[in-house]
Order: sequence, then structure tokens, then C-alpha cells
Amino acid sequence: MAGLVAEAVSLTYTGVGRDTVALDRLDLNVADGEPVAVIGPSGCGKSTLLLLASGLLQPDSGTLRVGGARVAGPRLATALILQDFGLLPWKTVLHNAALGLEVRRVPRAERRERVMTSLARVGLAEFVDSYPGELSGGMRQRLAVARALALDADLLLMDEPLSALDALTREDLQDLLLELWRQRRHTCVLVTHSIEEAVFLGRRVIVLSPRPGRVASVVDNPRMGEPGYRSTPEFYERCAELRTLLAEEGAVGGLVDRETGLIEAGEHR
Amino acid sequence: MSGWGRKVVGYLGAVAAILVFWQLAALALDSSALPGPVPALTAFFSAFGSELAPHLAVSTWRVVAATAFGTVLAVPLGLVLGRSPRADAVAAPLIFLTYPIPKVVFLPVLLVILGLGDASKIVLITLIIFFQLLVTARDAARAIPAGSVLSVRSLGAGRIDVFRHVVVPASLPDIFTALRIGTGTAVAVLFLAESIGGTTGLGYYIVDAWGRLAYDAMFAGILGMALLGVVIYELLEVAEARLCRWTRVER
Repeated sequence: MAGLVAEAVSLTYTGVGRDTVALDRLDLNVADGEPVAVIGPSGCGKSTLLLLASGLLQPDSGTLRVGGARVAGPRLATALILQDFGLLPWKTVLHNAALGLEVRRVPRAERRERVMTSLARVGLAEFVDSYPGELSGGMRQRLAVARALALDADLLLMDEPLSALDALTREDLQDLLLELWRQRRHTCVLVTHSIEEAVFLGRRVIVLSPRPGRVASVVDNPRMGEPGYRSTPEFYERCAELRTLLAEEGAVGGLVDRETGLIEAGEHR
Repeated sequence: MSGWGRKVVGYLGAVAAILVFWQLAALALDSSALPGPVPALTAFFSAFGSELAPHLAVSTWRVVAATAFGTVLAVPLGLVLGRSPRADAVAAPLIFLTYPIPKVVFLPVLLVILGLGDASKIVLITLIIFFQLLVTARDAARAIPAGSVLSVRSLGAGRIDVFRHVVVPASLPDIFTALRIGTGTAVAVLFLAESIGGTTGLGYYIVDAWGRLAYDAMFAGILGMALLGVVIYELLEVAEARLCRWTRVER
């Protein structure tokens, strides 16, 4: 059981000169095995939400629970994939993928077996001895996914995992993430800047308001995951709906690029 | 051609160029203080088996031991200071005040207290290496991207794991650079220390030969000093290539 529940979660970053309210009494309920996408303008506290859910940050007030238990620190079956993939350049593909298991003191033989399985699943089995610096952006992203798979995580938190990739690689990896979810049915919170990505990978899409972050609206997306969904009229309708909602939130300045579906950072304007 | 092959050819070419330049300079100056490469090399090889080798061994031991001590003391301390703002707040003022002092000025003090043997030289060089590495390790540890630490912590890593998997490997390339610079300074200071106090080491050998106007022997000592520097540099290269393989990958 790995449902994620946030109740009235608030967090303020103390900065030099002025404080920034990142999240203000945010409520969120992600069911066990549900894939949810979180979208919103830059600086709406999306990343903060993931750091809280992963236990790396503690909220000033409110509580977060995963599978019913309060999140007090990093949880063994939670995997976090960061924007820059969080790979260590000095470790080979094999050791990067095995890092989570190594930290958890999993015996070497079992570690290797589980890592080889997860690397094979993302198509990196031939690159075990390469360094991240030798891989393309898409392959690095696959490696970050393999690391999460090796942990056998039931809660996958992803912070704009595909934002650094070109359009084709991006779709490729979206397909991979969807396929993995279909097979494993893990709970999934995907923070993204891309409307298409949110609709493709989120059964529900949560729209956050600009700073301080709160849930502005929730879009149900029941057909997510169906074969060929990306080219159905309904997919485009959902995207259009989200675009409108985001434009409303963008009253403070966020703009949606119609070509890419990306939200231009603009809350400081 | 393999990496080693290319390296050997490179070294041979450089040695040939230096010998030519040296010979030309010796001819132009026509002074007994600058013998040409032929008499110098002859003196080097004839003295090596008898008196030169023991002095070279003593000097090598002093540099290697001091480098090891300095590294073992400075690197862990520097990395901890770089990652712990509280420890750094206490130690940083102390470092900033003591780092700029040229350590070689303590040579007379050390000679008086520790005598003319190994101890005074090793302590002096340890001081030099220590400060160089302390400052470098501290800065390198501070510069580690937050993302690397966060991603490892999210996997459940504690402080020790973060040091082992992130802080140490991320800082190694900078530490090797500091070691290369530091050992270069160390050999120079070693010459000074050995030439002022004691009757052992290449520094003593060179200055002693100088005093006897035995310029060929003096140059044999200088060649020994050069050899010492090259060997240390190459050892560091080999160690870095093994420990920091990831810095040499090409996309």
C-alpha cells in the first residue's frame, strides 16, 4: 500500500532578506497504484511537494502519509527521480543503478541480479560498464528509471524527469514510463511542465496555483493508459481543458506555449 | 598507438629537446658551472651506484612520507569542513589566518627543535601539503551539487554513505590537482631544507658538490632531483587514472 496523502501541508523557505512561502495548506490524495501528474507554473512548489513526499524535507505544518504511515524520513520503497536524473558521474551504469540497493546493504549477488534485470527492462543491459558521461540524455534518464526499478519501489516520485530531452526521446520515455506503470501498477506522482505529458501519464492531473502552491483544480483523465490515447480527440480535449485552466492560473503571468504545451516561467513578471 | 606508447615517445622527444638546448647553452656560456649533458650524465651514472643513490633514497622517503601524512590528515578534515557549516565556522578563521603564511619560514624553528635529520624535513613538507590539500578538499566538498547529495539521500543514505558515494569521489580530481602542485612545491622546499641543515639528501649532495667546485657531481645531483620530481608526478598520474576513470571518458 503506497497511497500518498497530504493534509494542510505548508512550507516556507527562509531566505536572505525575505521568506518564500512554497506551499500553503496543500491537500492532496493519491490512491494506491494511481498515476497522478502535477502541473503548474514555475515556482509553484511542485518540486517542494516531492521533496516532502520523499521525506527529504519536513513540512512546517500539516502531515504527509504514505501507505498510512507519517513520512518522517526517506522511505525504503519510495523512489525519487530528480530533474537532473541524480546520477553520479563517477559511478558506472551498473553502480549507479545499484546505488539504492548498496545503501540498503543488499548483498552483492542479489544486488547484481536485481540491477541487471532492471537495466535490461530499460534497454541498458549492454552499457553496464559505461559512465553517465558516455550516455545520451535519453539513456541517462533510462538509467535513473532503472535505479528506481531496482529498488522495487511502490511509490515513484518524478520531478520533471523528461524536461531535458528532445521531443522524440521524450515521447519514447513517456511510452516507457507508461509501460512500466501498466506492468507494475505503482503509485506515481509526476511533476511536469508539459501539458501533453501530464495528460499522457496522469490518470488525474492536479493543477497547482502559483506561489504559494495550493491545488487550484483537478482534471480527471480516466482514459489515460489506453492504447493510442495520444492521438484521440479526447486527449486533445483534455489538453485544451488544462491549457485553459493553466491560463487562468497564469493570471499572475504564466504563459502557455501552444506549440510545445510547455508553460513559460512568468510569475516574476 | 597505445596511451603508454604515445607517452614514451612524448618523453623521448622532450628529453632530446632538453639535451640539445642544454648542450647549446653549455657551449654558449663556456663556464665550468654549466657542464654539458655528456659530462653531467657521465657523472650521474658513475655516482649513482655509489654515493648518489642513498641520497636520492633519503629525499624520496622524505617527500613520499610527508605527502602521505599531509594527505591523510588534510583530506578527511577538509571534506568534513566543506560539508559541515558548523565545523567550518570554527575552523575557517584559523585556516584563513594560517594558510597565507609561507610554511618554509618555519624551517629554522623546525631545525632547532627537531634536529637535522628526517623529522624536521618531513614535518615542514607535511605542513605544506597539509594546507594545500585542506583548502582544496574543503572547497571541492563545498562545490558538490545539491542534486547529487539529494538523490543519494533519497535512496536512504546516511552521512557516511553520502561521504563514501558522493563527497569523496566528487572531490578526488581536485585533490589530485592539489597534490601535483603541492608535491612540486615540496621538492623545491626539500632542496632548501636539505641544503641548509644535515648531511643527507639530494639538497645536501648538490650544495656539497657546489662547495667543492665539483660541478659535474652537482649536475648529477640536479638530475637526481629532476628524476624525483618526474617519478612523483607520474605516480600521481597513474593513481588518478585508476581512481578517477570517469573524468577521462569521452562522449
